[in-house]
Formats: sequence, structure tokens, C-alpha cells
Amino acid sequence: MLLLTCPWCGPRDETEYHYGGQAHVPYPEDPDALSDEEWAENLFFRDNPAGPFAERWSHTAGCRRWFNVVRDTATYDVLEVYTGAAPAATQPGVAR
Amino acid sequence: MSTPLPPEHPDWLWRDPDPKSSYDAIVVGGGGHGLATAYYLAKNHGITNIAVLEKGWLAGGNMARNTTIIRSNYLWDESSAIYEFALKLWEDLPAELDYDFHFSQRGVLNLAHTLQDVRDSTRRVNANKLNGVDAEWLEPNEVAKVCPIVNVSPDVRYPVLGATFQPRAGIAKHDHVAWALARACDQLGVDLIQNCEVTGFVKDRDRVVAVETTRGRINAGVVGLAAAGHSSVLAEMAGFRLPVQSHPLQALVSELYEPVHPTVVMSNHVHVYVSQAHKGELVMGAGVDSYNGYGQRGSFHVIEHQMAAALELFPIFGRAHLLRTWGGIVDVSPDASPIISATPVENLYVNGGWGTGGFKATPAAGWAMAHTMATGEPHELNRPFALERFATGALINEHGAAAVAH
Repeated sequence: MLLLTCPWCGPRDETEYHYGGQAHVPYPEDPDALSDEEWAENLFFRDNPAGPFAERWSHTAGCRRWFNVVRDTATYDVLEVYTGAAPAATQPGVAR
Repeated sequence: MSTPLPPEHPDWLWRDPDPKSSYDAIVVGGGGHGLATAYYLAKNHGITNIAVLEKGWLAGGNMARNTTIIRSNYLWDESSAIYEFALKLWEDLPAELDYDFHFSQRGVLNLAHTLQDVRDSTRRVNANKLNGVDAEWLEPNEVAKVCPIVNVSPDVRYPVLGATFQPRAGIAKHDHVAWALARACDQLGVDLIQNCEVTGFVKDRDRVVAVETTRGRINAGVVGLAAAGHSSVLAEMAGFRLPVQSHPLQALVSELYEPVHPTVVMSNHVHVYVSQAHKGELVMGAGVDSYNGYGQRGSFHVIEHQMAAALELFPIFGRAHLLRTWGGIVDVSPDASPIISATPVENLYVNGGWGTGGFKATPAAGWAMAHTMATGEPHELNRPFALERFATGALINEHGAAAVAH
């Protein structure tokens, strides 16, 4: 089981959290201007690296707030926990 | 129930060749799908100058980690077409490959625990019948006749309200399936090359012409990817993205027991599926771990959840001992349907996105992928499963619809 550190509540078991997938996926600035292919990219395509990955977690059984984790998907090591919409300095895989 | 012993561990059934400098076709991934692709490239299309490149050992990925369930009772026409095609191939393959891999058509029960489950299930039975797939709806007392150890008491948290039953579904010995295919490939002249990881793709403009591997560069006329959980990693090397996310999927077996479980039981609602292997282990699986992961391991609370569900359905398992748990990496697509498709790179094709359910499709996936690689055009089976569907919106949404435990 993963041990994740909520920025507000501290270290808790994975079972207290809900996974939110890739972090920093922006909503299209001008949705009307997107082609079908661009919508497909926005809706269905996410990064899927074997390595460091910036992802969203929500502390559903605690403070119910969202935060970001950079986690290595190969080793499951948590590399960084941070809040806010801005990617971390060490941030890999920012959505294009 | 008579349970013949599985065959003895065989001697080497295939050569262990070094890679040649060039092949007409290269299949990346030496699991069930890769082997089936090579087999049908050779058998159906006469292409025998083929290499199957496997980064580890043959059939050591998800082919060694699945729960061996074979069924075709999917809801949508496109899905039932390809899975039923697979089931018909499974029925012929032991004779065709001259290898008894213990394909046992013991049926599958998909339990319904809520009124919505009942409605969805009866709808799926009707859809299956229209598509020529054997399916029937069973009331709880009939469920108990098929599988006496299922608890059909109304006095449980999620009582069994009935089940769909596909009698032709079943299980097979996954390792023996791989060995049977590998032997057949080898006899047809296919080079099965192990410990050979693909590290890059060589392109001439938009066309793939070779692969870089840990055993050197190998030229290729056409390349097919059959790498399951690592499909995204290979696609990224080749310069394109796939709409899949890789998750750990865990399964487990108990110690060996006398035959007590005559069929396969799946329950989406309490989230477990159970069969009993020929040797006697109870084989169980459930859904994926929530997070992306390539670690071939998952979190223990997922195992606890499966065991709780299994105990609810099968009180007789209360004293059973867990022997072993493991994880595989599955690439899950947005609509829980596979991708067998051309890619943005010319002469490079992908077979992936099977998520939690690739084993049952092994022969059909190989058949369709071989056709696609040999002709450059999709087979009728995989035409609906192209990458374009994510832009056109013609998704084949089998999440939940197909009795898939996700």
C-alpha cells in the first residue's frame, strides 16, 4: 500500500485517498476552436510514462482537498508532494 | 468432476536463436498475443521470415499472470464478434497445434446482485443470442445447480439475484497455450528471440525500417507491437501517443484443494472472479489498482477487498489459505476496448489496450493483427478497434457493459 503525505493532514494510507490521474491537464483555452482530433487528445490521451509522473490525489477520507504528487510509476517512490496549479520545479510530463 | 493431471513439463519446444540482421516482420512482445500474431502471419499469410522480440523470457509477462478465463459474452456487436471468433479458434486450437493445453469449457457465471445488474445482464443475454453467442439467464436456484458452492441465500449484504451463464466459456492452462503457440511458430520458421529489449525505432521519414535492441539493430519490413502494459513506452519511442493508462492488476491463488468449484464465477458488484485450476488452486482476480504503475505489484488492500468478496460469495473458502499473489501491468483504454490499429508511423502497427481481458482474445488478436500487418489493411474483426475511434467518437464502451470487472 502506498503511504502518501497529505499537505494538510500528514502521512496517511493510500486507502484514504482517491486517485485523479495526470496533473496539470489544462482545459482548452478556446474549446470552440478545437478539431475532433484535438478534442480526442484532450479527452482521451494522457501521459503514461514508466518513471516520474505528476499526478492528482484527493484526500477523500480526510480533508477532501486535492493535491499533486510526483511519483515514480516504476518504483512507486514518492518524489515530491505539492499543492496548487503550477507544476513543480522538478515536474516531468507536463501536459502539452 | 474429473480433473486429468496436466502434462509433464516439456523439453525445449523451440530453438533459442540469435537475431538475424533483417526480417520481413518483427513482432515486439513474446507473450500470447505476440506469439499468436507470428503464428498467423506464418500460417495464414505465408510470411515466415519473422522475429518475435521478447525483453525477458517467453510468455513471462501477462501471459504468466492472467486468470486464464475465456469467454465471449460481451455486450456490443464489435466486441462479441472478435471474442466469439477467438472462442471458436480456442475450440479448434488444441487439435490444430497438436497440444492439449487443457481448454476446459466449464462455463462462466456472471452474477447479478442488484436490480440494475439484472436488467443489464438480461439485456446482455439477449444481445449475445442475437450475435450467436451462447448465453442464458439463470435464477438463483439454477445458479446453485450450476455452482453449488455459491451462497445464494437472500440473507447476505449483496444477495445473488441471478446470473448470466455462457456454457462454452471456460479456462485453459496459460503456460501451455504459450508453449503450444511457440512450438508451432518455431516449426514454421519463426525466430523467438528472448532477452532482446527494443530500445528504439529507426525511421525513414514517417516509415519504420528497423528496431534498435539490446542485441543490436534489426531491420524490419513491418513491425507490430504486442507489449500490453508497455505499449505506451514503445509508442513514445516511436514518436506517437496511445490513449491508454498502465495499471497494476493483481491476482492470487490458494493452496491446492480437492475439486469444489465446477465452473467460473464472476461478480462485478462484489468485485471478484474465481475459478479452480486443474491442479486445484482457487484462482481469483478483481479490478486494477487505481494508480498508474509499471511495478508488476499492487497494494495489499486490493487483495483484502478481493478476499472479502470471495468469502461473501463462497463461505466454504473461509479456511482456505492464500498461497501467492502477484501483479501484471495492463494498459487500459478509455472505452475498455482494445486497439488493433495502424499508427501515425508507416509500417508500424499496434495491438494493445486490452486492459484486464486480453488472454481470452489471444488467438483472435493474433489473427486480426497478422492480417493487418500482412495486408496493411484492418481485418473486419479489428476495423472498429482502430485509433481513429477516439476522434470520431465511435467508442465501443465495454466498461461495465461486458461483465468486465474493472
